[in-house]
Amino acid sequence: MSNTVNKNIVLCGVGGQGTVLASKLIAAAAMEKGLRVMSAETIGMAQRGGNVFSNLRIGDSMHAPLLQSGQADVILGFEPGETVRMLHYLKPGGTVITNCRPVKPTTATLTGSSYDGTEMIAYLRENLAPEKLLVVDGQAAIDELGSPRILNMVLLGAAIRTGEIGLTEDDIKKAMDRLIKPAFMEMNLKAFGFYRA
Amino acid sequence: MHTEFLMGNAAIARGAIAAGVNLVAGYPGTPSTEALETVAKYRTQDTYVEWSVNEKSAMEVAAGAAYSGARALVTMKQVGLNVASDPLMSLEYVGVKGGMVILVADDPGPISSQTEQDTRHYSYFSKLPCFDPSSVQEAYEMIQEAFEFSEKYGTPVFFRPTTRICHAYASIEVKDEDEYLHHQADGFKKDTSRWVIFPRLSYDNHKKIEARNVELSGVFSEYSRNAVIAEKGIYAKEDQPVKKGIAAGGISLALTLDNLSEAADAPRILKVATPHPFPEQLAVRFLEGLDEVLVIEELDPVIEKELVYIAGKYHLNVTVKGKLTGDTETAGENSPNLVAGYLDSFLGRTPAGKADLPAPPPIPVRPPVLCAGCPHRASFYAVKTAMKGKKTIFCGDIGCYTLGNAMPLDMVDTCLCMGAGINIAQGVFRTEPDTSAFAFVGDSTFFASAITGIVNAVYNQAEMTVIILDNSTTAMTGHQPHPGTGRTMMGEVVSKVSIEAILKGIGLEFVETVNPLELDKAVDAVKRASEQKGVKAIIFKSPCIAIVKPDKALTIDQDKCIGCKRCIKEIGCPGIVINDGKVCIDPGLCTGCGLCAQLCPVKAIGAMGGDGK
Repeated sequence: MSNTVNKNIVLCGVGGQGTVLASKLIAAAAMEKGLRVMSAETIGMAQRGGNVFSNLRIGDSMHAPLLQSGQADVILGFEPGETVRMLHYLKPGGTVITNCRPVKPTTATLTGSSYDGTEMIAYLRENLAPEKLLVVDGQAAIDELGSPRILNMVLLGAAIRTGEIGLTEDDIKKAMDRLIKPAFMEMNLKAFGFYRA
Repeated sequence: MHTEFLMGNAAIARGAIAAGVNLVAGYPGTPSTEALETVAKYRTQDTYVEWSVNEKSAMEVAAGAAYSGARALVTMKQVGLNVASDPLMSLEYVGVKGGMVILVADDPGPISSQTEQDTRHYSYFSKLPCFDPSSVQEAYEMIQEAFEFSEKYGTPVFFRPTTRICHAYASIEVKDEDEYLHHQADGFKKDTSRWVIFPRLSYDNHKKIEARNVELSGVFSEYSRNAVIAEKGIYAKEDQPVKKGIAAGGISLALTLDNLSEAADAPRILKVATPHPFPEQLAVRFLEGLDEVLVIEELDPVIEKELVYIAGKYHLNVTVKGKLTGDTETAGENSPNLVAGYLDSFLGRTPAGKADLPAPPPIPVRPPVLCAGCPHRASFYAVKTAMKGKKTIFCGDIGCYTLGNAMPLDMVDTCLCMGAGINIAQGVFRTEPDTSAFAFVGDSTFFASAITGIVNAVYNQAEMTVIILDNSTTAMTGHQPHPGTGRTMMGEVVSKVSIEAILKGIGLEFVETVNPLELDKAVDAVKRASEQKGVKAIIFKSPCIAIVKPDKALTIDQDKCIGCKRCIKEIGCPGIVINDGKVCIDPGLCTGCGLCAQLCPVKAIGAMGGDGK
């Protein structure tokens, strides 16, 4: 249909981490460049502390917003366990950007599980080429910037700078101008620029 | 025209506005809710919008508007249609004057529903036409066409998207405001031979409806949204006879198209956008010359049965495969992976190799839970504490509070459908009179369908306690207003309908309103209620944490904490975590509700202004 390169992106995490806004910013930036975008997101009951994901597709030759296993160019994971849960979506040679800090589910607290995310990061390091894996310490950014609500911008900034999403920092910043309230812009811009590999 | 990035439900709403919709009524229900909310946000001066008290009310309000020549849209999820089925089944015989579209969102999976019912069957049952969009763009355009068909044929029509259309986003082409159609209602014209349903009218109209549906089958065979895509086979080479076909509708069609590439044996494709009346002549054109057809659809085998019927009727020697033949799954949604597998085996393709990853370490499960600080947790805990050691049944209902079933609360013994808990509790009481029967119902569900059940209990002298979980909103579906909130979707501030006054009006003598976050008082109220005869009610009133500003997060004094973990084991709040072996409160989640502080045996939890470490 067209020779526009398709980009398939999976964003995943836990309800409340801000995956939806990150997904919307990528979509808005891509549309601004005249590209077609489709996405599918977790909505409803699962958002209450459940695992959430977003499939995002950019390009012309697509009909459905959902991805098959092995189709994602990029996985942007907000939580290490959730990144591993979605790893089957990654295509051979695809890139993973992930937060290393866990969100411990209530069930883990009740059962005394020892889950702390490090086993997930170790698994990712064992199974991905070093240049295809970017591990970001989201908590370090939260501590330094003093807000728990900016994790999405920290990870989005890190992901954009890998070049794998096919959009520039300026593309995203323009979208932020339109989608983020002016009062929150300064904090979000700081977070967006926070992580430099 | 311009491009916008819209959710499917928003596209449907914007399409309805572009079609000049005059009245929109509905009841919230995932995955349909955002359609009405978007209408409320973008409506023109021509549009009235309301959250009705339930789906039956919404259907009847919309019918009245359509009788008066208005274009009306009614919105609900699939199980909501069960509530509205009484007016639906009669409305079919009466018909409408203004266009009336019944938006019913189906939920294959099911992802957020009690059932996997298929509204296409309601469409057959009620004899109403059904439109089934396969993309967000098509949903936007098709709902405008649905209004045209409805008005032209004087009948309500179904518009049935599924979750993956409702909740998908896409950049789509939408009309500018100056391209909108403005529809003027010409008012209700008295005519008892038209608007009053009688057996004779139903008989006459039944005949007309059957004839109309035969006509519509022909009309739909020419309707551009039904189509044989690539009669000679999509991606097929010249001169190659096409022997295989795939029939699909909705998201299953989109998934199918995404999964076909330039294979040698590329199939012919039938796109079904109106499963009822089925486009029969188009289907005959599709089937002719084919040896085998695979039907890819969700929920019930509707398209499949139609094709089997048509093949028989026209003596076509073709094998139709799908759910009935065990070639596709009978339950659940069609994922891209499933569809790929279906196509691999039907087309004889080699499945794409899977990445050979070793098994990952155990990934924690994350079942949905009541939010940190949710007042429902306190209400359930109060009843649990008060009734400890007694023979009880706790009948739950539909809403966030269904999550009270999770451990450690474990306070939902039954859940069936909206309002059912009140009546189920009565049935259990009749069978086991020594059981203390409790029914929990939320405030929105109370108005929607609990009142008649309470009247039934009072009239028939049942013994039970009704617990109304009043969080001043319809929380589960995203905080819609209801009669008790004093706000309407038109933005008016109106007098609140009082739950307490309704209960007293029904004749309940024990009606107490208590803040569930005051644990001792809440437990005391439950004990007193349970000791009284007859039907009693406690209204646990405390707002949903998502609609009010949280209090300051609490902290745990680590010098006092003895590590007994009572706070964790008793209430299961996600705001309480264990870090390095110590019980801590997550300041990002804690709303300062104070429930945990009230049950700490050493009073180690409080507002101390520390950082909780």
